[in-house]
Amino acid sequence: MAMLGRTANGTFWMARYLERAENTSRLLEAGFRMALTRDAITAHEEWRSVIITVGATAAYEAAHGCDYSGDKVWNFLLREKANPGSVLAMIEAARTNARSVRTALTREVWEAVNESWMSLKDVLARPVREAALGEVLGAVRRQMTLVRGAMDGSMLRNEIHNFTRIGTFVERADNTARILDVKYYVLLPSVAWVGSSLDNVQWESVLRAVAGERAYRWLNAGKMDPRGIASFLILDQRFPRSLAFCVDKLRSNLFGLAHEYGCESTAHQLMRELGTTFHQSNIETILEGGLHEFITAFIASNQQVAQAIEQDYRFYA
Amino acid sequence: MSHLPSSFDEMIAADGSIREAYTGYREWYDGQDQAVLRRKGKEAEGFFRKTGITFNVYGDDAGEERLIPFDMIPRIITAREWRKLSKGIEQRVRALNAFLHDIYHRQEIVRAGRLPQRLIAENAAFLPQMVGMVPPGGVYTHIVGIDLVRTGPDEFMVLEDNARTPSGVSYMLENRETMMAMFPELFSKVPVRPVQDYPRRLAKSLAACAPSCAGESPVVAVLTPGIYNSAYFEHSFLADQMGAELVEGSDLRVIDGRVAMRTTRGYTPIDVIYRRVDDEYLDPLTFNPESALGVPGIMDVYRAGRITIANAPGTGIADDKAIYSFMPEIVEFYTGEKPLLANVPTWRCSEPDSLAYVLDNLAELVVKEVHGSGGYGMLIGPTSSKKEIADFALKLRAKPDNYIAQPTLALSTVPIFTKAGLAPRHVDLRPFVLVSPQGIDITPGGLTRVALKKGSLVVNSSQGGGTKDSWVLED
Repeated sequence: MAMLGRTANGTFWMARYLERAENTSRLLEAGFRMALTRDAITAHEEWRSVIITVGATAAYEAAHGCDYSGDKVWNFLLREKANPGSVLAMIEAARTNARSVRTALTREVWEAVNESWMSLKDVLARPVREAALGEVLGAVRRQMTLVRGAMDGSMLRNEIHNFTRIGTFVERADNTARILDVKYYVLLPSVAWVGSSLDNVQWESVLRAVAGERAYRWLNAGKMDPRGIASFLILDQRFPRSLAFCVDKLRSNLFGLAHEYGCESTAHQLMRELGTTFHQSNIETILEGGLHEFITAFIASNQQVAQAIEQDYRFYA
Repeated sequence: MSHLPSSFDEMIAADGSIREAYTGYREWYDGQDQAVLRRKGKEAEGFFRKTGITFNVYGDDAGEERLIPFDMIPRIITAREWRKLSKGIEQRVRALNAFLHDIYHRQEIVRAGRLPQRLIAENAAFLPQMVGMVPPGGVYTHIVGIDLVRTGPDEFMVLEDNARTPSGVSYMLENRETMMAMFPELFSKVPVRPVQDYPRRLAKSLAACAPSCAGESPVVAVLTPGIYNSAYFEHSFLADQMGAELVEGSDLRVIDGRVAMRTTRGYTPIDVIYRRVDDEYLDPLTFNPESALGVPGIMDVYRAGRITIANAPGTGIADDKAIYSFMPEIVEFYTGEKPLLANVPTWRCSEPDSLAYVLDNLAELVVKEVHGSGGYGMLIGPTSSKKEIADFALKLRAKPDNYIAQPTLALSTVPIFTKAGLAPRHVDLRPFVLVSPQGIDITPGGLTRVALKKGSLVVNSSQGGGTKDSWVLED
């Protein structure tokens, strides 16, 4: 059966919103952990960097000025109406998209998304106190895991699945890149860092924000080193939140579509170029050319691919 | 407040015995643990929420979705009762389609002096664009809901015909699903006719009405106003169950004289639209130019016979309440037979004698707006205060054409499950009928709506009504 362009759009954005909600909660988890181990001033700095990472500085300061105390930040990011990018708003947006493409979803996926929305709406109905924060963040992660499991276990591996996966990996790549970019600034304001002693705790927080600290430790026998961490987050194809992993999945789903449709489009051309850039890079060339420049270019290319997909597959009239 | 006449209870006879329809069920029920039933009732609500079987209420908090309360005691009709009912329904639906064809062609019924011309000419539901055209397959109203009420053992009456877009069929189906999930053993004990193949029959019936340009397997799409529409759940449910595409106006466009939908591979023509969008919004080039819900140019394609629109535009003329009062004449005129199903006696307030009678007897009558629906804007005399009646009389005097009146019927009751056990509540029944050139297909049962408030006669979901699973017993 033919798939509506609007349906492709809906599944794509449902997946993006779910992924963003999950990543925001992971970011909060890392921020919370960091803030606990710091004094008040550095804790505020830490929370500020969380707000910068999700790109919500303007909206946050309009609501709370420059007061970056923890409870304000996490409530803003979890549930505040003033924040259109809050976890609650993301989940609501995911559910609205799911509802509008319900005929394309399996009953299991729809019910998982709907139940997540119902239960998190409940959990986030009132401001979250410090004592409950860990539990709330855990609940968000658990719900998102349920949805992912329902998708994995019940969806046909056809175009609907491809568009969903493409949404997931476009969003995840973007989120990991932004975390990397912000942390790069916060931690390494000058290029003179090479060889200087580094604050392990800070680097660990970067890993934590993408749920990669245990994987990294396991691979590197516990040795914290910024070059290794950057390489892990950008280039390690084994780690499901690295840029390389996302690019790889994006590519295979996009070419899955080409196979099913029997033709390629602009998005495939752009995807090839992005893939080539990745294959030709190693951590040395990336650092030489500038990590920030690399990340900025990556975010832009990732966005271009997404936009080409929206056009090629007629998401909009 | 005056007193309501006493009602016919469908389960329990005046002498306390259980009526035939309910004997098997009641035997099972009496063996159940009340606490278990209570728990199951709660579970059912959770099931509805989880599945998203909700409806949106206009005017409430933006986007709020509500459940229609579900009562677990089934409404049961015997095979004999149903045979009789379905004959009457079929006759009525045949007449409705013949009437629509006539109204948009020679208007024989008006020429014969059986229906006043002004009821057609001055009716907003009459579409001049339909004059002289025959819809593909010759069918006007493909999906019909006939609202029935019961007042005695053999007294079923038609309260209303829903000829444009009857809703509620998804509740009929989900109520049965829920009952089967809650009480599987009950269905092996009591033989109930299945309803679950309705979506398949709907798909088949719609495909049978496809225009001649359609291929071997016609492409069917459900047109919805979108996720904020009160019946969106039903639209997506039916599309899903039929394996049809669920489209919005923005997905459609007229290309090369066909209506086509925007797919990821380009525009693909469709053959049959089951539209859940009102006439007025169907085509901004023909009707409301502000409408973003419809498809510009679809009426031209329709008039060229290259798309089927179900139900056909302009069918609303047949379910208008002023027309309703003429249904006995209409049935007789087109079928040549006496109507098998009675109408509720109706006073047309546009006629001076009737108006005078209605004004004198407001406290005993139900007064409805001619074009109203959903239980809004009506007066139920016996349950209204003196002031409410006086206020309504003013409205009625100011615009008598706008109203009809009916006696307050002692609607039959069926018990609902309450904390204190079974308690009788008033019900109606909406059977769903499919029409195609291949024939008229009536799903056994339909949707039973129940007024959950004690003594209330208003069964509409927008006014605190609930629903029940409706059973027709096997022979």
